[in-house]
Amino acid sequence: MSDLYANAIGHWVIVVIAMTLLLFVVLTATAYTVWFERVALGHIQRRPGPNRVGPYGLMQMAADGVKLAFKESFVPSKTEHWLFVIAPCIAVAAAFLSWAVIPIGLWYNVQYWIADINIGVLLVFAFSSLNVYAIMIGGYASNNKYSLLGGLRAAAQLISYEVALGLSLVPTFMIVGSLRLRDIVDYTVSWGPYHGPIPLILLTPIGFVIYIIAAVAETNRAPFDLPEAEQELIGGFLTEYSGLKFVMYYLAEYLNMITVSALAAIVFFAGWYLWVVPPIIAFVIKIVLLLFLYIWLRGTFPRLRYDMLMRLGWKVLLPLAIINVIVTGIILVATQG
Amino acid sequence: MADDEESKNDAAGRPDHPTPLRGPNEGLPAKPEGKRSSVAADVGALATGLKTTLGEFFRPAVTLEYPEDKSPRSERYRGRHYLRRYDNGLERCIGCELCAAACPVGCILVIAAENTDENRVSPGERYAKTYEINMLRCIFCGYCEDACPVQAIVLGPEYELSDTSREKFIYTKEKLLEPLPPDVQARLDAKKKEPT
Repeated sequence: MSDLYANAIGHWVIVVIAMTLLLFVVLTATAYTVWFERVALGHIQRRPGPNRVGPYGLMQMAADGVKLAFKESFVPSKTEHWLFVIAPCIAVAAAFLSWAVIPIGLWYNVQYWIADINIGVLLVFAFSSLNVYAIMIGGYASNNKYSLLGGLRAAAQLISYEVALGLSLVPTFMIVGSLRLRDIVDYTVSWGPYHGPIPLILLTPIGFVIYIIAAVAETNRAPFDLPEAEQELIGGFLTEYSGLKFVMYYLAEYLNMITVSALAAIVFFAGWYLWVVPPIIAFVIKIVLLLFLYIWLRGTFPRLRYDMLMRLGWKVLLPLAIINVIVTGIILVATQG
Repeated sequence: MADDEESKNDAAGRPDHPTPLRGPNEGLPAKPEGKRSSVAADVGALATGLKTTLGEFFRPAVTLEYPEDKSPRSERYRGRHYLRRYDNGLERCIGCELCAAACPVGCILVIAAENTDENRVSPGERYAKTYEINMLRCIFCGYCEDACPVQAIVLGPEYELSDTSREKFIYTKEKLLEPLPPDVQARLDAKKKEPT
């Protein structure tokens, strides 16, 4: 497979096939993430969750999707029409673009990727921060004070937590010495008799904690879902959206969840390496467990107040991330000279 | 003391500052003394929360899957009405209209007719020629059941009374005379045999 990537025509053929497949796989995964979330939240609240449409309610998202797709494509009259339509498109495009650089181990020596670039992680961050524009423009174009407030909150929140999110991964890069995601997965150690890949969380546990908190905030998920706080903002930037445009925001949110979970699996849990488990299954297991962590957090913690959110971001996570970088640097210099 | 209180009253004689029944901190739990939150305690609290929800995650659901499982009704549950018959098949209702009189919303219509030897419907002098209940108006208070001197009308356990038109909610005598669910019938029979 790697030979095919080296061939110019083979490269393009494989990339086009991969992109098409990815679209279906990721869309299906998103639908079942929604199902998984609803069922898991249901069980946390001691109810079964959706279980009517199809076996175990597995067709629920298909039913919901059809219902939403057939709704009237409605644009309120006093909105900025073009921006109103473009904003959800930006959200979905940004969410999908991240998957261009995320590699997936299919089998023992077969890996798949669309773009294998040496600044992979930076690109993921760059694309995920495009989400700010989607939410801000959506909030502004809705011409609705609640939407605007939601958009502003989102902008402030995403900018605040992006810093901590980026810094939380810096120790990993320092240890591995590469920003290429495949290199991070393939990072091997020789500890006494053991030689092979290790989950990097063993070396950067604090980085993982910061990453998870910042990632939850970055994807606007509970308990950091202030931009769409129902009680105060009636749904924030989503207030005026319905039908397919709402689906696009929704899709982007869950896609971002999967993206940051996949990134966490790659960066902190050795990606597709898990003892004797086949790589693709190992990778999926790790992503599902991380998604469960997300849902578990949502089912447990109440939403933060806005000033608490800012305090946590700037006064706790950011200093902690910087100290983490410095301490890792000192230890690296001490051990490797 | 009396003078003091009088001076506080306004023109209408009401006290300016009525004495509150409760002090500002009465009934509140005492504040813990000297206990300050620490990072460890806060993280511990978060962990407790996570542990609780994970524990609940693995416990069985407490909800009922409604159309398949239904919660049990009380014996005295007041659902849809039934008109009862005697064991020999005669209707209990004697057309006295006491149920219609007792009904707070006036949803019962009874038109009585005389029993004759050729056409004997009930044991008494009269019977209900028409007996209609407007279920859209009925508030299921059970006063009709209380008012009935011959225990002809009872409220059964059924509560799923949805239908597709308003007309169908006017239950006629024919519908009301449908046999009671067997368990309710058995309960009423047992009650009858009890000495009063």
